Amino acid sequence: MRYERPGTIEDAVAMLAQASGRSFVLAGGTDLLVRMKSDDFDADLVVDIKAIPGMDEIAETADGFAIGAAVSCAELAENSALVSAWPGVVEAANLIGSTQIQSRCTMTGNLCNASPAADSVPALVAADARVRVIGPNGTRTISAQNIPVGPGKTSLEKGDIIDAILLARPQPRSGDAYLRFIPRTEMDIAVVGVAVNLTLGADGSVQTARVALGAVAPSVILSEEAARTLIGTKLEAAALGALEAACSAASIPIDDKRGTVAFRKQVAGVLARRAARIAYERAGGK
Amino acid sequence: MTSIAVSTTINGDDVEFLCRADETLLDVLRNRLGLMGAKEGCGTGDCGACSTIMDGRVVCSCLVLGAETEGREIETIEGMANGSDLHPLQSKFIEHAALQCGVCTPGFLMAAKALLAAHPDPTEKEIRFWLAGNLCRCTGYDKIVRAVQDAAAEMRGEGT
Repeated sequence: MRYERPGTIEDAVAMLAQASGRSFVLAGGTDLLVRMKSDDFDADLVVDIKAIPGMDEIAETADGFAIGAAVSCAELAENSALVSAWPGVVEAANLIGSTQIQSRCTMTGNLCNASPAADSVPALVAADARVRVIGPNGTRTISAQNIPVGPGKTSLEKGDIIDAILLARPQPRSGDAYLRFIPRTEMDIAVVGVAVNLTLGADGSVQTARVALGAVAPSVILSEEAARTLIGTKLEAAALGALEAACSAASIPIDDKRGTVAFRKQVAGVLARRAARIAYERAGGK
Repeated sequence: MTSIAVSTTINGDDVEFLCRADETLLDVLRNRLGLMGAKEGCGTGDCGACSTIMDGRVVCSCLVLGAETEGREIETIEGMANGSDLHPLQSKFIEHAALQCGVCTPGFLMAAKALLAAHPDPTEKEIRFWLAGNLCRCTGYDKIVRAVQDAAAEMRGEGT
């Protein structure tokens, strides 16, 4: 295995594009190094992107935030502007692993690891996050939702690097939230995770809604049916009941020792109801 | 496999070492530099026995490549005491009997040191969540939490 630490994104892309065998991008390494220790792991090249200027920065732009691919999840929580704008995204990212893992893990890594149970991914999808992809054929911006395509699989092509996650400046009267269920109180992987992002009208009723479900399908689900149950409502009991039913119906989870299909479907509905309430309050709804 | 030359700072000293691309910081500390305080428990970032501080943040040294530490500042358990003067956390761990076999202890101490640097007056809940990535299979956690609380009080000048 070869280790490279290029100083420019162009060099990093070229190294990955020209690599003959299996190659990996290294940011926080909290997934990659675990994989490296398994017997069937084989890598010819690891490209550490942390020496590339800007990768470790959260930039505030006219449009919103550009979160560099090497920004640790601990650093997200220390950025008060980001916490205030996207509390749901930050709380989701901060649920990953332990204090030690938080020091190193990144949202871009969480997205590209493509685990169905990734905590930050439903929150990013609910927030309509986009990612900037730099590849051999130039730069493109695509929806974060389109990166994971199945367990451990992404839509990225050879030589592609995500250099930043882009979050828009939130609309007035909007709020987001993420909740997950785990059997313990910390240090575990989501059995179900739900993110809700709401924008309210001047009268306090929901104008736009995005509801994303994690760990209940091969990759994150953005449920339009669930979102529709909230539009025009003030989260009255009937609306929350409909949301719960829609989220349970949209979930197509696996059965395993951590949760049965029936349990996961039920929990998806319950968490959606609770996350919607939190998002609604954060948006200023009462 | 060719070796990589790395220059870093460990416990305030400039250190240079050679390592392979796939060697972790934990491997380098234990096998190349003779710093055996950090322990390998799981090797996959779950147990915290290898906790060290890198640029002020506590990390699992089993999940950091040696090559990644170029230009970084590393703190290990070996740098915690000042000569024969123990750090307050070390003294309080002894006083509270917050260890039995001792394998998890260096990791707990490094994680607790980072905690008290960031939060000098943590609540019990904050301590328990911060240390959730450090596993102890001997004492349980109560004595450890009490030791950290007591050390925090001492470090704030509120002698007990």
